[in-house]
Amino acid sequence: MDFNLILALSFLFIPISLFVYQLFFGHLLKHDTWYVSIVGIGFNLSVALTFFYRVFFNHPDDVFLHESFNWLTTGNFNLDLGIFIDNIAAIMLLVVSLVSFLVHLYSSEYMRGDSRFSRYYAFLGLFTFSMNGIVLADSITMIYIFWELVGLSSYLIIGFWFEKNSAASASKKAFLTNRVGDIGMFIGIMMIYFVGETHSFNLADIIEKVKTTEIDSTYLTIAGILIFMGAVGKSAQLPLHIWLPDAMAGPTPASAMIHAATMVAAGVYLTLRIFPILTFDALTYIAFTGACTALFASIIAITQNDIKKVLAYSTVSQLGYMVLAVGVGSYMAAFFHLVTHAMFKACLFLASGSVIHSMHHSLHELHDHDTDPQDMRNMGGLKNKMPITYLGMLITTLAIAGVPFFSGFVSKDAILAGTLAHYFDHGGFTIFFPIAGFGAATITAFYMFRLIFLTFHGKPKNEDIYKHLHESPKVMTVPLIVLSALSLGLFYTGSLNPLSDGSHGWFTKAVGNGHNYVIKLDSHHNESHADTHDIHHGEAHGYDNHHTPSSDYSFTEHVSHAAHAAHYTAMYLSLTVAGLGILLSFLFYQVNKLNPDSFARFFNMFKLYDLSKNKFYIDEIYSNILYKPFMFWSSIFSKIDWDYYDQTFIDSIGKITLFTSEKSTKVDYNWLDQKVVDGFGNLANYMSLKMKKLQGGVVQSYILGGLVAIILITLIVQQI
Amino acid sequence: MNSSILSLLIFIPVFGALSMLIVSVLSNKEIIPKQNKDIYKYIALITTGIQLLLAIILYMKFDPTLSVIESPFTVQLDWIPSFNIQYYIGVDGLSMPMIILAALLSFLCILISWNVEKHVLGYFSLFLLLDAGMMGVFMSLDFFLFYVFWEVMLLPMYFLIGMWGGPQRHYAAIKFFLYTLFGSVFMLLGMLALYFYAPGGNSFNLIHLITQAPQIDASLWGFDMRLLIWFALFIGFAIKVPVFPFHTWLPLAHVEAPTAISVILAGVLLKMGTYGFLRISYPLLPEEAASFSFMMALLGVINIIWGALNAIAQIDLKKMIAYSSVSHMGYVLLGMSGIVGGEAVGAEAGMNGAVMQMFNHGTITAMLFTLVGVLYDQAHHRWIVYPMDYKDPELAGKLGFGGLASKMPIFNGFIVLAFFAGLGLPALSGFISEAMCFIGGFGSFRVLTMIGTLGILFNAIYFLRAYQKVFQGPFNEKYSDLKDMSMRDLGIIIPLAFLTLLFGVYPQPLLEIVRHSMTKIILLVQPYI
Amino acid sequence: MDNLQIYLLLSSLLFSLGIYAVISRQNAVAILMGIELVLNSANINFIAFNRFTSTLNHLDGHIFAIFVIVLAAAEAAVALAIIINLFKNIGSVNVDDASELKG
Repeated sequence: MDFNLILALSFLFIPISLFVYQLFFGHLLKHDTWYVSIVGIGFNLSVALTFFYRVFFNHPDDVFLHESFNWLTTGNFNLDLGIFIDNIAAIMLLVVSLVSFLVHLYSSEYMRGDSRFSRYYAFLGLFTFSMNGIVLADSITMIYIFWELVGLSSYLIIGFWFEKNSAASASKKAFLTNRVGDIGMFIGIMMIYFVGETHSFNLADIIEKVKTTEIDSTYLTIAGILIFMGAVGKSAQLPLHIWLPDAMAGPTPASAMIHAATMVAAGVYLTLRIFPILTFDALTYIAFTGACTALFASIIAITQNDIKKVLAYSTVSQLGYMVLAVGVGSYMAAFFHLVTHAMFKACLFLASGSVIHSMHHSLHELHDHDTDPQDMRNMGGLKNKMPITYLGMLITTLAIAGVPFFSGFVSKDAILAGTLAHYFDHGGFTIFFPIAGFGAATITAFYMFRLIFLTFHGKPKNEDIYKHLHESPKVMTVPLIVLSALSLGLFYTGSLNPLSDGSHGWFTKAVGNGHNYVIKLDSHHNESHADTHDIHHGEAHGYDNHHTPSSDYSFTEHVSHAAHAAHYTAMYLSLTVAGLGILLSFLFYQVNKLNPDSFARFFNMFKLYDLSKNKFYIDEIYSNILYKPFMFWSSIFSKIDWDYYDQTFIDSIGKITLFTSEKSTKVDYNWLDQKVVDGFGNLANYMSLKMKKLQGGVVQSYILGGLVAIILITLIVQQI
Repeated sequence: MNSSILSLLIFIPVFGALSMLIVSVLSNKEIIPKQNKDIYKYIALITTGIQLLLAIILYMKFDPTLSVIESPFTVQLDWIPSFNIQYYIGVDGLSMPMIILAALLSFLCILISWNVEKHVLGYFSLFLLLDAGMMGVFMSLDFFLFYVFWEVMLLPMYFLIGMWGGPQRHYAAIKFFLYTLFGSVFMLLGMLALYFYAPGGNSFNLIHLITQAPQIDASLWGFDMRLLIWFALFIGFAIKVPVFPFHTWLPLAHVEAPTAISVILAGVLLKMGTYGFLRISYPLLPEEAASFSFMMALLGVINIIWGALNAIAQIDLKKMIAYSSVSHMGYVLLGMSGIVGGEAVGAEAGMNGAVMQMFNHGTITAMLFTLVGVLYDQAHHRWIVYPMDYKDPELAGKLGFGGLASKMPIFNGFIVLAFFAGLGLPALSGFISEAMCFIGGFGSFRVLTMIGTLGILFNAIYFLRAYQKVFQGPFNEKYSDLKDMSMRDLGIIIPLAFLTLLFGVYPQPLLEIVRHSMTKIILLVQPYI
Repeated sequence: MDNLQIYLLLSSLLFSLGIYAVISRQNAVAILMGIELVLNSANINFIAFNRFTSTLNHLDGHIFAIFVIVLAAAEAAVALAIIINLFKNIGSVNVDDASELKG
């Protein structure tokens, strides 16, 4: 067996064994059980690093490993499972393993003393197993299988402290919302399976099929959007984003891993994997979803006071960015942002966990169980008490806000350049994409720095709490340091130029621009490729949606060239907006030159503040338009089924039968039996009474009678 | 040996019941020492244990590629020669999983019923008779024999529900009995019509009828005879499945029956309806099967959606699981409708998915009912939320339980397994069969299947709601003396959980048994689509 | 009138007398005597027919007559036994007294 295959399989077998071990035997070692897990994940991490090493030498289309085996077959219908590792998968494996490793490390302190400590590590193992499954999958059904398992892990983790009703409800909400997306994904999978001659769930086969056969583009669009619905659920895009903020009820380090860095990125990963078969209309829909989500979530994040909720909405918003990037065709930018976001968002969550942990301890010492340790209004001035946490959070905030020198700038910039290029190509309504992108960038910078200023700067809001705060143990701060280091731009661009777009860095080279075998450029564009830095401003170019099999698939190359050309424009714009956001935040919260409350009141004249604070009332809207009517109709149906259909209708058949049988009993007894049947008896009785008189008792009269009869008969017979 | 395994499987339970009666008579007459009531339980246990063992031996010797005619297990003897009725039993890929399921669940049900107190002899002997009837149905290849065994199942069920059931047991037993009997009458009509109208002589032989029945060319009151036969058989089987308008006996029967009877009812008896379709209706009347597929798919989707919607509104745990059974059988119907898919992959996926769903749902629902039974035995109620008109007004509208997961971790673990298996989580057996049924359905009826996929969501809703209300949230102090699962409970659940996990991760063994027979049925129907 | 007819006349006369005796006499023994008369008239019939209509080699009629005589004797014995029983039960041999089956 291929050694690589064994190593690849270890990504699956080690975490699931950890799950089983921790679930059944984890309680044996008490707190030390975490060493078992960290060793396993550490092994995974080292294997991931070895795979990653090869990324530097591989072309984007090179495949490390592709093995599959037939899992089930009914003769003609086959389901294969297999492992497929290319550059993207290798990078994702590293991301997942690294974040998992750091979270395992961090949790040993954060979850210390929890009664279900080993079970927590079991769930982390289950999650790592499922996530690795998605990354390694070579067929779309395998992705679906592990997709649902990731949903299960999420359910278990969010509901970890299930005694709290909020956690229990949140876990149910997460699972069900994901299921809505999964319905679309499943239908999409079936649609893709059934088209064309070859029936296969294998991604490579599907891409090959789409490349070489003519498929109705509407069908392909619908299939693509349906599969994307899975991503909408998993990556918390509009309208299925509602579960992510509630998911903050779970333990923070798990939130960091699952709901910030990896699981939510699975949706984007899926979209990247099916990118080659997405039509232009599908991509437009995807871009819209991403743009709306990015803008929408960032607006809500402005007014949140719970530190984790701010980060949750920021995650939703950043995921929107990634989806937007895919939608405008910037394959590379989307994946880039996925990786950088994983690093800095994980760090942000872990740092917030560090703060909450510290707040918790402080409140515990004060015997205060009412104050919310997660509310930023109870914090302030923490930078002196928790310097490392502060530094980690600051660096990653700079990254997420898109400040040069940090990774977030490079990736976000790539996305924004992509949106601009898309607009330059198509004009019209697509201006919404850059507007959303840049708008969200401003707002992101604003609220992230608001978080920093409220939490770490200024004077502490509550002196008592402040007194008891202290920095977290090393086990918790080391991951912060590692992740912040990885949030520096130069890791990805390979150059010290803080304004570089990384186009010559290893990352860009490794990931490439992806392929799309559905969208064909019209001939006008083919000619312009000779000049790679030329963009035709303002000209609307149409894309030919009726694709015919052709070898000229240069859509993605065109997109990347256009983005590259728009790079400088995008960069200046993004620097401006980021700076604006930071400045506003500074004015509001740091130096208090502008009063946030009065601005809030001003905006509230248009009810905007309330809308933002209350998440645009989406949960309430869903509750009133979806949940309540649904439950109502469900109980109505139940009433119809049971009280009306069964009790009244079906049982009425029984009642009618009983009624009929009573009536027929009467007829049967009183008439049929008594009158008709007995009538025969009565008749016979009457006759016999009359005939009785013939018997005289005198034998001789009988003989005489017999003689006369004989004579008569003889006479008659003779006559005849 | 080979030729007697099947007969042994049917008659060993009968012998078991008889020996129980003998022991009881002997014990009453003091010929043998006076026996404790437990002796009957042990006799039943040993009987079903032997049966299970035989079933496993059968499985190991079974070659799925052989048809019943070639199979060494087939037994064909004349029974009532003057009417051409034979004792004709055999096993093929369709009946093999059902036989294993019936044997396994019978054995487990004896364990579940261990705490029966009153009329122990009656309970266990009736149960063994039921067991024999089930086995007979799955093995019969003569329609008359099939009908006899079908009816044999009814009477023990009536008594088992009516004597050992819940508060409304009499009503439930009568309703179940009459409703099913009503269907059986139609089945009888169909059977007789096949007997008289099939060319090539009067015969109840199902294998013979496969070639003869499609040639029936008569009409009655202007309707094509084959169509009438199809409808007659359909009604008979549809009531058992249960298909949408005929499903209302199910919640009642399940709620009022004792735990073990619910398990066997949901686990095995429901499958007889679809088994009847696949064994009798489809091979004998392929043209009607093909033209009726749309209705089958429609009814399947209605089952899925209606069953799930109703389950969501339930406040009694057992009733909720009963409606979930309705929903899951809808998947089977949808899969079966895939037979008319233009391409072989759809037909194969659908048909194989349907049979797999029959087996998997049997194990999963057995787990669900057993677990609810464990809870009910200790807490003596099954309310998720007390009804508004509950007799104790203080409790009306309040949560029935709450936070049980913290007190009963092992039970909680198995409940999570069972609930997630019920909602079709991958890596558990329910997912594979559901997915294949959908794929099969999609190959023939796209829009209907798309509506049916809503079942993925709806099934999750009620399971997770129930789980949250009963097991999560703050702990309800009223139940602080609830004990976790006993060894007996574990012994029942672990085999079922193992099978669920096994076929979720590696379904091919089950598929291997089934697929050759399904291919044959597909080939029979293919010419008519 | 030839010889046969004379004998037939004789036997029908005896037959009528016998029937008249059976119908009209009250005494059971007298009824028996009437029955004997009837039987003997049948005998005369048999012998007459045999003597005048068949050859001397076939003696069927004579044999029949002998049979009838034997059977008459047996039947008379049985009938007398019944009459004795009847007398024991109702104290009289008058048939008019045996009317319990009167309807």
